[in-house]
Amino acid sequence: MSQSADQIPGRERAIELALTGAEYDQIVELLGREPNEVELAMYSLLWSEHCAYKHSKKILRRLPTEGERLLLGVGENAGAVEVEGLAVAFKVESHNHPSAVEPFQGAATGVGGILRDVIALGARPVAMLDSLRFGYPSSERSRWLLDRAVAGIGHYGNSIGVPTVGGEIHFDPSYESNCLINAMCVGIADPDRLMRCAATGIGNRVLLIGALTGRDGIGGASVLASTELGDDDADKRPTVQIGDPFAEKKVLEACLELVDADLLVALQDLGAAGLTSSASEMAAQGEVGLDIDVARVPLREADMEPFEIMVSESQERMLAIVEPARVAAVEQICEKWELLCTDIGEVTEGGHMRIFRGEEIVGDIPVTTLVDDCPLYDLQPSPPAEGLYPAPPVELPETADPATTLLALLAGCNIASRRPVFEQYDQIVQARTVRRPDEADAAVLALEASGNRRPAIAMSIDGNGRRVAADPLRGSLDGVLECAANLACVGAEPLGLTNCLNFGNPEKPHVAWQLVNAVEGIAQGCEALAIPVVGGNVSLYNEGPDGPILPTPVIGMVGELPDAERCAGIGFAKEGHAVAVVGPFEPSLVASELAARRGRAPSGSLPQVAAELILAAQQAVRDGVRSGTILSAHDISDGGLAVTLAECCGASGIGCSIELDELTDEALFGEAPGSGFVISGELAAIEAIDGARVIGATGGSSLTISSEDGGFAVDVEELHATRENGLRPYLP
Amino acid sequence: MKARILIRPKQGILDPQGQTVERALPALGFSGISEVSVGRLVELEVDDPAQLEDLCERLLANPLIEDFEIQLPEG
Amino acid sequence: MRIGVVRFPGSCDEADAIAAASAVAEAELLWHGRTDLDGVDAVVVPGGFSYGDYLRPGAIARYSPVMTAVAAFAADGGPVLGICNGFQVLCEAGLLPGALLPNNSLRFICRQVDLTVERTTTPWTAACEAGEQLSIPSKHANGRWYADDQTLAQIEANGQVVFRYAPGQNPNGSLADIAGVCSEQGNVVGLMPHPEHAVDLLTGSADGLKLFASVLEEGSSVPVS
Repeated sequence: MSQSADQIPGRERAIELALTGAEYDQIVELLGREPNEVELAMYSLLWSEHCAYKHSKKILRRLPTEGERLLLGVGENAGAVEVEGLAVAFKVESHNHPSAVEPFQGAATGVGGILRDVIALGARPVAMLDSLRFGYPSSERSRWLLDRAVAGIGHYGNSIGVPTVGGEIHFDPSYESNCLINAMCVGIADPDRLMRCAATGIGNRVLLIGALTGRDGIGGASVLASTELGDDDADKRPTVQIGDPFAEKKVLEACLELVDADLLVALQDLGAAGLTSSASEMAAQGEVGLDIDVARVPLREADMEPFEIMVSESQERMLAIVEPARVAAVEQICEKWELLCTDIGEVTEGGHMRIFRGEEIVGDIPVTTLVDDCPLYDLQPSPPAEGLYPAPPVELPETADPATTLLALLAGCNIASRRPVFEQYDQIVQARTVRRPDEADAAVLALEASGNRRPAIAMSIDGNGRRVAADPLRGSLDGVLECAANLACVGAEPLGLTNCLNFGNPEKPHVAWQLVNAVEGIAQGCEALAIPVVGGNVSLYNEGPDGPILPTPVIGMVGELPDAERCAGIGFAKEGHAVAVVGPFEPSLVASELAARRGRAPSGSLPQVAAELILAAQQAVRDGVRSGTILSAHDISDGGLAVTLAECCGASGIGCSIELDELTDEALFGEAPGSGFVISGELAAIEAIDGARVIGATGGSSLTISSEDGGFAVDVEELHATRENGLRPYLP
Repeated sequence: MKARILIRPKQGILDPQGQTVERALPALGFSGISEVSVGRLVELEVDDPAQLEDLCERLLANPLIEDFEIQLPEG
Repeated sequence: MRIGVVRFPGSCDEADAIAAASAVAEAELLWHGRTDLDGVDAVVVPGGFSYGDYLRPGAIARYSPVMTAVAAFAADGGPVLGICNGFQVLCEAGLLPGALLPNNSLRFICRQVDLTVERTTTPWTAACEAGEQLSIPSKHANGRWYADDQTLAQIEANGQVVFRYAPGQNPNGSLADIAGVCSEQGNVVGLMPHPEHAVDLLTGSADGLKLFASVLEEGSSVPVS
């Protein structure tokens, strides 16, 4: 080896790169020598929390990963399920830490990254959904993060022609210095053409397709995603990655053309840890070695070191394995799309990743030591003695009358209409969008007609950190069931889910306790629904100076419905319809929006309703929507029954008169996500639905809720305007 | 006095706009043009130019990804 | 009847335009690098972000080889429809009057809007009634149509305003609520909202089909302005 490759950076440098001393010793043992600079850089990234999941891998084994309709599961770039003879690929991923530093580019490149995961399967991305968390918008910093992150998501998704069809935003003080940006992409592919990431075929070529390689985000995966951000995070900023959606659009079209022409053996995107991660994943999956020549990698800056080239996180790049005879054809398609396509290496026998600079070997590592031998750590979970999260400020007095409380909830940042956000996204490009954001609890995308039927897929993304904080297991289970409830409201049956686990520092026992229980809750939810986790992402160390974020498992779910002509919306369909509630729900104020507005910390015990009863109610709603007897459906979540009814009125402009047994805070504003629904339709048809309890009728221009002891009424226009205008001041 | 502030992508930061413009040039018959970089020009009237540095850092430019150059009238 | 839909690197709505055009005629993609139009009877320049909208929307795409052929086709009276980014390209190319500036909110806005049809003697509006309202989605960041006073007066006098946003629905601050204009001869029409996304009630509206049906009704004849 040459002089530069012989230089040994040593143990101290390893610790600077966020490896532990013990990990460094293990690397030395595995290699039988000390790693040089290139090798150490590669280990430090692939053995980082972000790439190796060293604190979460063991507990993630609890999640069910097998399913009847599963085509591709955990371990590939994204998962996929079968729908109407098509492969529907999907995955959610976080880009939290980069977004906290530079929200526009952080969110944009987050979208770009998850798009490439789906493209790597040979699937055309057809939808994006986002799950975002910020501190209260009364804080200037949170408003800036919100504004710039939303602009970044729109910039990337809109420019590349993939509609953003849904998502959710939640505000809580715990996210003040550590916002969450989770992006989910859904794609469609021919199941026979699904690409895998395993490099195979000794002698096959390794082609790097797409953008030039620069110093973008060097060290990002290890430095940013594996430690807490402190006040001095300005110093930790590596070169920010800049997203170029135009380049990605060309990558997308070229890759799909390459897959269509059957020119590729394997395809993989370059994400965190760049070439190092992609190449070693491909080699490990294929049980082969790879020779990579960094001197052939086209650079944006001439003077880059081999280790920099190997770990650069420049965006809009893909790695393809191609048979030598087909390289010319691949190059031709890339040229048509004005994309760089460079032969940078070869598939080899022997399982070594060898890095060359021209003739000179600058790194030589057994692939398995990079990918499989990273030590995995056991968590030390321990429940906290008292609540971890301080009580939020009091914004709403306990003594306010129900109408005032209802209006205050509707105007509040967590319930107000997301229109000022959704309007910044193209929701309709590709012409499949049957239900746009805010029209229904789940997004609905129509597929090709099948006879006189328009089969469709539905999708939803959801998470409720407050409930998970109160009870990690039950809160997470309910989160899964709520996603399924959202699908039921449009008549869809769940097929699989993807999750993004956003938590604090797992080395702290109470965060470990949240994580372990949340995974258990998600697993129980999957088992109840008989669906697998098809893939996902873990984002740990989400902490600021004031402590950890709320434990925030985000669930993205995809389902199918037989006919998009029959998928209910939130809004009442017609005057004179019956309004009913369905489900075994036990509304509770614990960790509810009302409790937060009244200044209560998210703690207490959540109702433990049997999952079978919840699923039976979801089935009844799904069947009713599919048969056309249920003409509007909305699940009772944030803000409880009163807010749910107000949203049904607001979405349609039709009022309703409701009679309840009592008008307690629990009855009006208690939450029961996943287990309760408001539905409407013809009286006789609604009465015939198993478990439906008719509570009133649609009609008039106000929402009137009464019981024997009295009642209140609010004008529908006022409800609607209040909810519509709640968020607008923050996104002028 | 009148000040001009030139804002441009930092050296080494990806400049998709500059790259795209540069790639379009040969088709239009331009040759021998390289290193195209697209930035912004801000013009303003200022009494005390000492504050411009801070203004650029905090608002006009994003110091993470952009360099700026303040141009004041000679003398 | 065959309708060609131009495809630039960065086009996004070309497949949707093909689908909409296919509802009334044959439709095919025209790659931006070609120098002829494959003998099509009408051309759609679709939406998207050609060349990433870098520099100015449409500024680079207008120099694509295919645009020379489109300009010649337009000069011969051939029907050309520019939608959103396509409208921007046609304005940059000088085939349509005015320019499209950033929305006055400086944000991308996606919203269903009502358009009033102001002129029916174009190949793309012949199937509409004058004054008819169409529900069409609008989605763009740079759609504020602008022209100087003299040009605006001229365009109004010539009857070159084809679509206006219904009162109160102008999403971007366009002058005189103008959503779409045509060339002096009337055969080249551009608009910011997306008729190709309003061709199926299931996805919101079918009013946009009227634009595609119009070109079929007119055939490739040059309309009398």
